[in-house]
Amino acid sequence: MSATGIGASVRRKEDHRFITGAGRYTDDINRPNQAYAYFLRSPHAHATIRKIDTSKAAKLPGVLAILTGDDLATDKVGGLICGWMIHSKDGSPMKAGAHPALAQGKVRYVGDHVAVIVADTLAQARDAAEAVVVDYGVLPAVVDTATAAKSKTAIHDAAPDNTVFNWHLGNKAETEAAFKAAKHVVKLDIVNNRLAPNPMEPRAAVGVYDKGEDHYTLYTTSQNPHVARLVLSAFIGIAPENKLRVIAPDVGGGFGSKIFIYAEETVCVWASKKVGRPVKWNSDRTEAFLSDAHGRDHVTHAELAVDANGKMLGLRAHTIANLGAYLSTFASSVPTYLYAPLLSGQYNIPAVYAEVDAVYTTTAPVDAYRGAGRPEATFVVERLVEVAARQIGMDPAKFRQMNFVTKFPHQTPVIMMYDAGNYNASMKKALEIADYKGFGKRRRESERRGKLRGIGFSAYIEACGIAPSAAVGSLGAGVGLWESAEVRVNPIGTVEILTGSHSHGQGHETTFAQLVCERLGVSMDAVTIVHGDTDKVQMGMGTYGSRSGAVGMSAISKALDKVIAKGKKVAAYVLEASEKDIDFKDGKFSVKGTDKTLDFGACALQAYIAHKFNGQDLEPGLKEGAFYDPTNFTFPAGVHIAEVEVDPDTGVTEIVNWTAVDDFGIVINPMIVEGQVHGGIAQGVGQALLEGVVYDMEGQLVTASYMDYCMPRADNLPSFKVGMTETACPSNPLGIKGCGEAGAIAAPPAVINAITDAVGHEDVSMPATPKVVWRAAQKALKKMAAE
Amino acid sequence: MAAVSMTVNGHSVTADIDPRTLLVQFIRDNQRLTGTHVGCDTSQCGACVVHVDGKAVKSCTLLALQCDGSNVTTIEGLAAGGVLHPMQEAFREHHGLQCGFCTPGMIMSAVDIVNRKGNNLDEHTIREELEGNICRCTGYHNIVKAVEAGAKAMAGSSMKRAAE
Repeated sequence: MSATGIGASVRRKEDHRFITGAGRYTDDINRPNQAYAYFLRSPHAHATIRKIDTSKAAKLPGVLAILTGDDLATDKVGGLICGWMIHSKDGSPMKAGAHPALAQGKVRYVGDHVAVIVADTLAQARDAAEAVVVDYGVLPAVVDTATAAKSKTAIHDAAPDNTVFNWHLGNKAETEAAFKAAKHVVKLDIVNNRLAPNPMEPRAAVGVYDKGEDHYTLYTTSQNPHVARLVLSAFIGIAPENKLRVIAPDVGGGFGSKIFIYAEETVCVWASKKVGRPVKWNSDRTEAFLSDAHGRDHVTHAELAVDANGKMLGLRAHTIANLGAYLSTFASSVPTYLYAPLLSGQYNIPAVYAEVDAVYTTTAPVDAYRGAGRPEATFVVERLVEVAARQIGMDPAKFRQMNFVTKFPHQTPVIMMYDAGNYNASMKKALEIADYKGFGKRRRESERRGKLRGIGFSAYIEACGIAPSAAVGSLGAGVGLWESAEVRVNPIGTVEILTGSHSHGQGHETTFAQLVCERLGVSMDAVTIVHGDTDKVQMGMGTYGSRSGAVGMSAISKALDKVIAKGKKVAAYVLEASEKDIDFKDGKFSVKGTDKTLDFGACALQAYIAHKFNGQDLEPGLKEGAFYDPTNFTFPAGVHIAEVEVDPDTGVTEIVNWTAVDDFGIVINPMIVEGQVHGGIAQGVGQALLEGVVYDMEGQLVTASYMDYCMPRADNLPSFKVGMTETACPSNPLGIKGCGEAGAIAAPPAVINAITDAVGHEDVSMPATPKVVWRAAQKALKKMAAE
Repeated sequence: MAAVSMTVNGHSVTADIDPRTLLVQFIRDNQRLTGTHVGCDTSQCGACVVHVDGKAVKSCTLLALQCDGSNVTTIEGLAAGGVLHPMQEAFREHHGLQCGFCTPGMIMSAVDIVNRKGNNLDEHTIREELEGNICRCTGYHNIVKAVEAGAKAMAGSSMKRAAE
């Protein structure tokens, strides 16, 4: 392994600009003569709009325009779309209500977009918003996930019972038969709490219209600028693709919430032509809580069937998924194909059946958030498995081990074909790192101090690298999920990699360059990664679902293969040898059996000078592109073990040990991968202990700032013990599985399993705040006293 | 409009501003120093931390007019003469950042912690002291390591304090 190649913890190339304050985020971009947009948002969860009176506001200083849904309609600007079609059990298509970027006749959640005010300064736009008078006809709110479908109030005419779809997956009859044959049946009612993604950089947009060229540029906080351009062009109809450039510069975290195409950027780019000036919008944090797509929000009843010997026979789940007031860009895929196919976990379960009812409520849209469906599935599986082990009286690690899938490929009853893994290896390593054998002693020591100690497992699996385009197409995706790359070798041998992936914290400028160093033998400094600009990179699908390694880098690898193949042709001319006798290794072309060599840089120069070959026989230049479509999803898996100490007097839970052992396949940069694991665990611990979006019964968002929504702080978390195992992924040329979601998927059940172990019963919901845990601990103490 | 004068990263600056201008707006919009970020509206996240007269403050919580006559250091002023401050080096070496958005505020807070608490910081102290800075990417694991290492490195450095 070289110091900069695959497997090296190379320090990040992008860091210098971030640690010196020279990063360039969307809000750092200012265009001459720019104006500022401020969105007037609905104060009601559900209301008709009778009238919007802008006459007074329009006369205020600095106001350039006040635009509403009527103006969108006049300009024939299309609504926001959901790009994944789900069909109900009865074959009917999902019921998608219209989603205009500015409300047309009705608002459906607090924060819904009523009008945009564009003014010379942000302060003037805000002042003018106060002077807009909206006459609302207030309607009842529909907030509760579990009962939304029974409400007499319909949110969309298209869905009179507030139901988007009733979907299912798996074999119902076989699963029912498995339960009939079971010795033990474990039943759980689970609420997967609603979360706000909260990347530290709020969303932002700058729309710029060039009158001379009749061309738009949109700077935006996007994880996938090409998808944004595709949607804005083909569906919303702002401009044809060749007249619309989308740039996503440095982006300060996404976690899924910046995949989607939102109202604000749509309006900014449209309004830039209407006012004839660049239009800038930057979300404040409260706006982010109100209008960034939320995550999770499932209500589930789940059951696991186990035979007399402890073998799992079947799993079934009925889930109600809250999708909010409108269908966001990929909302429908999250509680369906990103959820139910993971319900087999790491286990041999012969029969699995899931039913999912998706509902509208008068709350912000819900879509993918770190893990997207897979954390929800893992929470169901790993809570059931832990509780089953307790009910049967088996060690939770042994119960898991005796049910692990051990032969690959493994076809589950719910779509997935697991291609490679060694689940026992991760379990064994995790037990060792966590000193599982010593837990009893530690528990007794805690008891002596009046504390309740618990240990909890989570053996998660996820599906990443999503996925073969034809496969996702057959499941309802509106797009293909390949990735593109272009390798441009300059005449002196420096290299530019153009990728359709987008980095918003993942460190692509480093890891992608490591691949190039490994393959071409050039230095890290000689490689530049270009991304996030539709004028530079022709097309791409962006970054989410841990796809940038498995899919994005595989595309680069494929293009590098082509560069090396072309280089061999050039070298054959220069070294006066037959192409089949040319080898390429460590940055040098050589002729087999001779000492004749040609450096990669010299070869590049020869390719561009083109003196040594006939341009009719071989094209000059050294630039190759590739599109890569994977052959399968990838299946990262691992075991996390949480150890907690609960103070029964205060209900405070302290995480005293955290062990993570993950199999991500081949790892390019262990430092970066471990960082992804740490961050994921923190978000998962946040879900388990701290975070929860709360709407009151009128649909008002109670948790709209960091004073009310509890983000994980440094003192809520321990340092983590991270280990790795490795089975190469056979479904892509680099053997990569993906690591971005793992921690967020693994952590919540590990924490809740540990707390329920500590208090001795299962009645602990997320977030397990001190109030929740105190009640659980008191219940346990009373039970102990009674016994 | 109101006149305001202060020293920013060693340069004297004077401007006529709307009296409601926050210090962070003055730094970002008036001075075009965009390394200082805004991550919330309630002084919780710490992305906007700068040093005013040698002390860490959340620049979203002060009016620019309140800083009239003050000496302000932002992340752009931390690397003296192009040489990285030891705390900046430590964040890079220990992978204490991912998306980079909270990083300037984290680094400015970390330098202030060392100024107040000294060069030998244990994990518990660092975690408690970072309560006012939120990071969504790193899970804090590597930030804690970076602050500990940066604090030690500052002991042997002439740049113990940010340029004041």
